[in-house]
Amino acid sequence: MSTTIKLLTLAFVTVLSVMFTTPTNYTTDGYKIGDIAEDFSLKNIDGKKVSLSNYKDAKGFIITFTCNTCPYAVMYEDRIVALDKKYAPKGYPVIAIMPNNTSVVPGDNLQAMKQRAAEKGFTFPYLIDENQDVYPKFGATKTPHVFVLKKTGIGNIVKYIGAIDDNYKNAKAVTTKYVENAVDALINGNEVPEKETKAIGCTIKN
Amino acid sequence: MKISASVFLAIILLSCNSKVEQKAVDKTDNVAQNEAELKTQDFDLEVYDFEGLSPLLNKTDGKTYVINFWATWCAPCVKELPYFEKLQANYNSKNVEVILVSLDFPHQYETKLKPFIKTHNLKSKVVVLDDADANSWIPKVSENWSGSIPATIIYKNNKRGFYEQSFTYDELENELQKF
Repeated sequence: MSTTIKLLTLAFVTVLSVMFTTPTNYTTDGYKIGDIAEDFSLKNIDGKKVSLSNYKDAKGFIITFTCNTCPYAVMYEDRIVALDKKYAPKGYPVIAIMPNNTSVVPGDNLQAMKQRAAEKGFTFPYLIDENQDVYPKFGATKTPHVFVLKKTGIGNIVKYIGAIDDNYKNAKAVTTKYVENAVDALINGNEVPEKETKAIGCTIKN
Repeated sequence: MKISASVFLAIILLSCNSKVEQKAVDKTDNVAQNEAELKTQDFDLEVYDFEGLSPLLNKTDGKTYVINFWATWCAPCVKELPYFEKLQANYNSKNVEVILVSLDFPHQYETKLKPFIKTHNLKSKVVVLDDADANSWIPKVSENWSGSIPATIIYKNNKRGFYEQSFTYDELENELQKF
């Protein structure tokens, strides 16, 4: 009997400690470097669905979670356009995905996305994650948040996760262009020098 | 650290000041304090790079620190700020200090951040982190931080919790009570 009580107490304490430690060790799930990214089918601002499999000639992708309403994302808009202009011809197009719940953030709805894309001259698809089921698979937590994928025989492999560069404030003051370095390395058949970087961004709103 | 000597001096002066203020608050009522603060027409922000901020994240003086990373442009941050203010009000006398680390953009210090601090009459200590190379310092705050805000640290000496999430007041108080 006393053994049962001891066991019950132990179980209770274990449950309690799990309950109380989980939030402290909060980590995000999602793709890690080397994982194969699942394809998706998301609506573009022109109403058409876009999937990675549509890009027969691509060698990889610069998947960028971004939105209209995050000041960090806005500061990077021109740099995202520049990335697409530089790397789409080399086989690494930008695909932008807007992950926010538009009932929480109306400024990110499809109409606003269309307008923003037109104003900034987006040269790439600007997709909406309407069901909010794609960004969690990637493990995107914020805007902007970039994932560079390399197309291989077995699928699109995650090669880089993180920031675009090391200075959000001033494109001219950037010393390391993380995404460019990653894509350049992949194009040249080299290892990505810095595979994961961190940057401040706006939480994805769900 | 840009101007280490003067920043240190500022920290020392400010920490002395806050102690004096704390004693003063005990003796006066809140209304009088509000009026006194509203009369202050202008004030200086404490702006640090990460090296300058770091000592605030690593004190070992037995006090419990609640460090919230926020910005005026971050809607969920603004939403939860009152809970941090309430926590500061309720636990200030119980060896707990709330520090609000603003990540506002330098060009908006005067136009957004200062007016926000004034109009919301923030009682918690506000400091500003201006360090563009976030990849160098985010992992030093927590290996688990992806970089989204709001984010919060609660620590006491060497015990530390990190939370990349929004809080309600009850959740925040609940976490604090573990320290």
